[in-house]
Amino acid sequence: MTTHHLHTPFSDDMIRRLHAGDIVYFDGTLFGIRDLTQIYMFDQRHEPPVSLQGMPCIHTAPSLRRVGDRWEKICVGTTTSTRMDRFTPDLIARYGVKAIIGKGGLYEKSLEAMREHAAVYLAIVGGSAALETQQIEAVEAVYWEHLHPEALYQFRVKNFGPLTVAMDSHGRHLYREVKSATERRLPEIYRSLGITGGS
Amino acid sequence: MAVFDYQLVEDVAKALYIRALCDLPPDVRRALKAAAKRETNPTAQEVFKAIFKTIEIADTHKTLICQDTGLPIYMLKIGSAFPWNGSEIKKRLKIGAERATREFPFRGSSTHPLTRMNPQTSVGEGLPVLYCDFVEDSSRLDILMVPKGSGSENMSRMRMFYPADGVAALKKFVIDTVFETGANPCPPGIIGVGLGGTADLVMKLAKEAIVRPVGQRHPDPEIARMETELEDAINSMGRGPMGLGGDVTTLAVHIETAYTHITQNPVAINTQCWPARRARAKISPDGKVEYGY
Ligand code: SF4
Repeated sequence: MTTHHLHTPFSDDMIRRLHAGDIVYFDGTLFGIRDLTQIYMFDQRHEPPVSLQGMPCIHTAPSLRRVGDRWEKICVGTTTSTRMDRFTPDLIARYGVKAIIGKGGLYEKSLEAMREHAAVYLAIVGGSAALETQQIEAVEAVYWEHLHPEALYQFRVKNFGPLTVAMDSHGRHLYREVKSATERRLPEIYRSLGITGGS
Repeated sequence: MAVFDYQLVEDVAKALYIRALCDLPPDVRRALKAAAKRETNPTAQEVFKAIFKTIEIADTHKTLICQDTGLPIYMLKIGSAFPWNGSEIKKRLKIGAERATREFPFRGSSTHPLTRMNPQTSVGEGLPVLYCDFVEDSSRLDILMVPKGSGSENMSRMRMFYPADGVAALKKFVIDTVFETGANPCPPGIIGVGLGGTADLVMKLAKEAIVRPVGQRHPDPEIARMETELEDAINSMGRGPMGLGGDVTTLAVHIETAYTHITQNPVAINTQCWPARRARAKISPDGKVEYGY
């Protein structure tokens, strides 16, 4: 396990150096997206008003407060990624997103896109919004405001992490590996509990 | 005796919601510390570090631990000598939960089940969830507040097994549920299991199981043994904190039981995430409030 301290934008080289199980912290820009953001982008065909090239995107629906023409953070947490799997290959292939941050992981097509285009999935610690919120220095912009709290957010972050490389650009999928390791142990666990036969 | 002012119940209901969201109970903190100590996987160690930093930030800045402020549940124990008016208390709990949401302020998660309209109050028809129990030899109103987030609540399960399936059915059901739900309920948390009763009671038992302080065992030694046996089995699965691999997959398994029908064998599972949030207040008829967990 290696710990990496990175800065955005991420280059292909930086991404290829990350391996499943590694820990990442980074500084720079982070984009916040959610279901609606991506429905608007992909299903309703709206081009993002800002370049996502080399950037990380986090699955979030933030609590923000509007102060004059600025936005202030109240609480920013992370949501489960699997619902947004279908948008991910396009996010990576078309817009050059280099890291997806969320919890729970994504499926095969996303993994394939990550391998092909040098991108990673970084798992955040679910439930740790207090920490995430503190690591966000500023809400720099909110695009597509009418979609709030599922708009497109641009945050500035400092030492954002720890994030675990859960899907790397070499085809490794940590959640899946852990799950199959458990699956192999299940018969033994059943036996130790006196469970026999099927369900 | 002075007239009891129900405004107090409203204020306490509000304070409890906020306390629960920001201040993790000491038993949960201890359990997480002990878990981190026995964790050998370096990636999992990083997860624990983030957990402790989160708790520390929430303590210092009085902020929300998790952004999902959940649906509010109030569990009441009403003392036999508490001069209460149930409907007034019910009304005040609802207003208190709504005030917590608007005045803190935090995102309300309650939603109409069909239109999905969110009033941003955390309450609505049927909410907050309210449980009442009655206790002897007490003049106090004991309120336990539990905010329940969706990540863990969505992993709830209930099955009506046959009596012939025995306890093996319960054990397999628990193991399979933990296996299937993986990272979703933000492990390592508490696995609450209900055994017995009716379809509705068994789910309530599972909910009572997740609010039992970690470290307390079921008073029946045989059930207590089953709890540790299941804990050990789950922690040998290797799923680890946040499902990323490791030695600690759960902090505790709690089982609550009730008598059931001769032809029934209901089992329910309610999972709780690592921020196993709850807050308690005991109100005396003279208006004294004692806060706890
Ligand atoms: S499961 Fe619990 S810790 Fe995880 S996001 Fe939901 S409320 Fe927060």
